[in-house]
Amino acid sequence: MGRVEGKVAFITGAARGQGRSHAVRLAQEGADIIAIDICEAVPGVGYPAATEEDLAETVRQVEALDRRIIATKADVRDRAGLKAAIDTGVAELGHLDIVLGNAGICILGPWDEITPEVYQTTIDINLTGNWNLIQLTAPHLIAAGGGSIVLTSSAAGLKGLPFLTPYVTSKHGVVGLMRAFASELAEYNIRVNTVHPTGVDTPMGADPSMGEKFGEWFAAHPKLGGMMVNMLPVEVTQPVDISNAVLFLASDEARYITSLAMAVDAGNTQY
Amino acid sequence: MGRVEGKVAFITGAARGQGRSHALRLAQEGADIIAVDICAQMDSVPYAMATPDDLAETVKQVEALDRRIVAVQADVRDYGALKSALDAGVAQLGRLDIVSANAGIFSFGTLEELSDEQWKDMLDVNLTGVWHTAKAAIPHLRAAGGGSMILTSSAAGLMGMGNIGHYVSAKHGVVGLMRTLALELAPDMIRVNSIHPTTVNTDMIQNAAAYELFASDLPVAERTREVLAPRFQSLNALPIPWVEPVDISNAVLWLASDEARYVTGVTLPVDAGVLVK
Repeated sequence: MGRVEGKVAFITGAARGQGRSHAVRLAQEGADIIAIDICEAVPGVGYPAATEEDLAETVRQVEALDRRIIATKADVRDRAGLKAAIDTGVAELGHLDIVLGNAGICILGPWDEITPEVYQTTIDINLTGNWNLIQLTAPHLIAAGGGSIVLTSSAAGLKGLPFLTPYVTSKHGVVGLMRAFASELAEYNIRVNTVHPTGVDTPMGADPSMGEKFGEWFAAHPKLGGMMVNMLPVEVTQPVDISNAVLFLASDEARYITSLAMAVDAGNTQY
Repeated sequence: MGRVEGKVAFITGAARGQGRSHALRLAQEGADIIAVDICAQMDSVPYAMATPDDLAETVKQVEALDRRIVAVQADVRDYGALKSALDAGVAQLGRLDIVSANAGIFSFGTLEELSDEQWKDMLDVNLTGVWHTAKAAIPHLRAAGGGSMILTSSAAGLMGMGNIGHYVSAKHGVVGLMRTLALELAPDMIRVNSIHPTTVNTDMIQNAAAYELFASDLPVAERTREVLAPRFQSLNALPIPWVEPVDISNAVLWLASDEARYVTGVTLPVDAGVLVK
């Protein structure tokens, strides 16, 4: 018997990276999946965008596990499109138990080089996108008698990290969102928690457009270099490490865990 | 394949309650167990503590799962005895991978009223006992190439609460211990985290002394579990009066397993939302 057997999970940003890993890990443990991804380039983002082929690959991998998946191209900023994907998916799969706010972007740059457009886009996707997600999925969780929401924040949601002001700001905001909803949704037996990864081995984690720049910024500001260091002797974690935390929080094993900012960060935030 | 298959876990306070539950949950997932418990009464503790029969029952239940267990009566305040028990267990079971520092006591009184004995016993068991447990275990975890330590703190390790100031102090201290151990042991791939339960349905709270704290306005005869439940529930955000030992064990299991291989330095509440209120 799987650890989330018979549950249905809605996952944003599921075309690849952590989102696909969450879909596959939950499906391995018995969940059906409703997946969305923007599958389009977002202006300013330096690493390659996920594609519709990526999302199709997620579908293939979940179906190979004999679980059902409904995948839609949708943008967390577009409430109408998001709502349609949620309502259609839930109608098809019967109920909703788990919501994973995983979609996010990361655009690097020293504070004085960040444009208003980059700032706004980051907040819109990483923070407001999760507000849209919770507000639109919570009615389905209430109808199911409870559920588990896990939002992907970051080590940069618990401490400042250099050269990503909009990202740090949005990911701290995700913690506020989580705490606020944890309070209001507790009476419905809905739990809301965040996960806080350190560097994860995904396309976002290795931005080729940066080239030498990241190194140059740190060379110019040497005191900041130590902030990126993990306490455990690991350079980078794998998507499945985040998925395993998400799985635990999504499962009934964590039935009384709510409003937790769960670091999966090799000790980065403790350093 | 169990989630902690082939690992060996050291658990303090394992005769009953959460400690026994941790032993069983880890054994269900393939671990062998080294269990200690004081199995004796302390004068400042206002409820009946575990007995040798309780510890024997833990042994019986673990063995019924076809796992090995080495159980020794030992007091976490006595470093020498604790170390001997652990060393003997490791010699017998071959290694050590997981530590659950679970032993703890509870007593009541405002900080103005608490006696020297109550304060000292509390700090000795709930804080120094945890340090003793970690200190005895570190060489064995290092020899195994890494491991996971889970220190049982409390929601009261992250917030103040009236009438249990010594408990609050000790449990906050456990967080400092956890953070420093996490820092010092990270290079050895030893992870250290704390868990923070709300009220757990065990003998530590289901007793007359705890009921006195929550229902002093009622005659003793009326202080039933059913009457107390809504009062305990008022602490929690989720609509439940208390959590079960297995809920804490499931968190321990996850932190102990390789699924959490990069999780260290975390204060993990299993608190039904006490802290969000």
